[in-house]
Amino acid sequence: MIALSMRPCGDFRTTYKADTQIFETSTIRGVTIASIIALCFAPLVLDAYYLTLFIQISYLAIAALGLNILVGFTGQISLGHGAFFGFGAFASAWFTNTFAVPVWISIPLAGCFTMAVGMLFGLPAARIKGLYLAIATLAAQFIIEDFFARAEWFSGGAYGAAAESVSLFGHTFDSDESFFYVALFSLVFMYIWGSNLMRSRDGRAFVAVRDHYLSAEIMGINLTWYRLLSFGVSSFYAGIGGALYGHYLGFVSAEGFTLMMSVQFLAMIIIGGLGSVQGALLGTIFIVLLPEVLEGLVGMIAGSGLVEQGSLMESLSYFKEMAIGLVIILFLIFEPDGLAHRWKQIKAYWKYYPFAY
Amino acid sequence: MSSPEKLLSISKVSLAFGGVKALTDVNFHVNKGEIFSIIGPNGAGKTSMLNCISGRYQPNQGSITFKGKEMLGMKPNERSDLGLGRTFQNLALFGHMSVLDNIMVGRHHLLKNNFATGPLYWFSGAQKEELEHRRAVEDIIDFLEISHIRKSQAGTLSYGLRKRVELARAVALKPDLILLDEPMAGMNQEEKEDMARYILDLNEEWGMTVIMIEHDMGVVMGISNRVMVLDFGRKIAEGLPDEIMANEHVKKAYLGEEDELLMEETA
Ligand SMILES: Nc1ncnc2c1ncn2[C@@H]1O[C@H](COP(=O)(O)OP(=O)(O)O)[C@@H](O)[C@H]1O
Ligand SMILES: [Mg+2]
Repeated sequence: MIALSMRPCGDFRTTYKADTQIFETSTIRGVTIASIIALCFAPLVLDAYYLTLFIQISYLAIAALGLNILVGFTGQISLGHGAFFGFGAFASAWFTNTFAVPVWISIPLAGCFTMAVGMLFGLPAARIKGLYLAIATLAAQFIIEDFFARAEWFSGGAYGAAAESVSLFGHTFDSDESFFYVALFSLVFMYIWGSNLMRSRDGRAFVAVRDHYLSAEIMGINLTWYRLLSFGVSSFYAGIGGALYGHYLGFVSAEGFTLMMSVQFLAMIIIGGLGSVQGALLGTIFIVLLPEVLEGLVGMIAGSGLVEQGSLMESLSYFKEMAIGLVIILFLIFEPDGLAHRWKQIKAYWKYYPFAY
Repeated sequence: MSSPEKLLSISKVSLAFGGVKALTDVNFHVNKGEIFSIIGPNGAGKTSMLNCISGRYQPNQGSITFKGKEMLGMKPNERSDLGLGRTFQNLALFGHMSVLDNIMVGRHHLLKNNFATGPLYWFSGAQKEELEHRRAVEDIIDFLEISHIRKSQAGTLSYGLRKRVELARAVALKPDLILLDEPMAGMNQEEKEDMARYILDLNEEWGMTVIMIEHDMGVVMGISNRVMVLDFGRKIAEGLPDEIMANEHVKKAYLGEEDELLMEETA
């Protein structure tokens, strides 16, 4: 019998409240809170390169968590997540530019707006599943991309749309150092939001729909509503992530929000672990850092003088692209349950140390 | 003695799958507070009958009223609010969830927090509500003696335990009428006795009316108030356990008596 809980021996819960914590042990909670506090000082010590990477991880990880709620927790599929991400970016810019809504309001507003659009495009999910649903969401991806290109009033068409910086209490978060805090706050906020969702009524309903929809229905769960809602929540996250992206860059243009991006989000949650909140974050970190690490490796090889400059350098960067694909394939073969699962095993190992099996 | 209150009335229910007539013109009712058993050979239409009551199948004709309300056309998920719960013949747990979460899903229709208030856990009252229901769920866990596995993943449990968790999940719905489809199938004698005791307790102490499909005649005759026999989709008998045991039709159709008679004749 495999116990789900990963608590050390002797850690007995005496109240139900203590037993429904987000974090499994007080140690993990302590380490997480300490890391967040430590991250608050990061802009004082780290240079812009690392801050940019962190910001990038933040807005992508928020969107990835949304996709994991749809795919990992509810068992549906979407090939249109990139388009919803873009929709959030444009929507937030549009609210601020057209209606002079303050950015800190327009970001959640864009989330809600994207949620509505997501539920609209999720309507087929009430009827179809699997590959058919995948194709329906693929259509959503192309329809929304087309909308970006045509609806100049909304997206600025070929020129794109300017997106103001976040400002609050007279302070403008327009540098990497300052936006870092916006990203950190949003990341923590949205991950707590997601963790709470998954330990309350509607989060359980999502998983029930995934695991056994017939008995979920007998338990009083309205299948149509939860399949749609899952698209809604997923798009809400995509919209928030996209809006943050837009206000960070200061500019939104349609080129980035392609099918490629949707697939990349899927790669993040598969690598991180389907149906795991922290898996979405781990997978995003992996996908964002992998090219950077490989870039560094290529740089080192080039710098070592082993390889002649010039043409071989070019093939090295080719190699980098292929290596990313290779690593993802290897991952799927050897770590199909994702990083979150591996992390659990490492925790279990330390829990029983030195009596590891 | 006042006449018993009818909780569920089935009248003239027929159900066909293409050419296969799973149920033909079935009539019966279940009184409040009863343990009502449905027996019959495999393929007789017992599960189909439960499926019609729980809304998984829509009968081609007939009417099903529960607490005086017509249930035909009502979605399965709307029936839990009316006070209907059930277990399945083939296990239907949420395999990747913990036992605790499985049973908490049973509280779904009683909980009020949602996708907007759930995430605001500490501020919206969701935590308070969840903990209240958690307490009720723990009572059920204690009653069914599964506290040692409450944190285990449901899909990894033994068959007997999974059946018990399914019962717990159905009880968590707080149903007035609970439908049990072969709750003891595949269990050993000891597990069967436990299960029979739970069903009696549910009926007597938790005040639930029970409809049960079961093949073990010892159990059926021991705990049922009334028994109905289905054969090829038709009701062939209904009555007190003793009457059913003595019924010639039943012996022929179900108890294999016919073969014995034949054997005696040929011997
Ligand atoms: N979903 C279905 N599709 C087609 N035929 C079905 C379906 N469900 C049940 N049947 C048929 O209806 C008859 C009754 O089945 P069932 O109710 O499962 O019997 P029991 O539970 O008494 O063993 C059988 O002949 C079975 O093949
Ligand atoms: Mg059956």
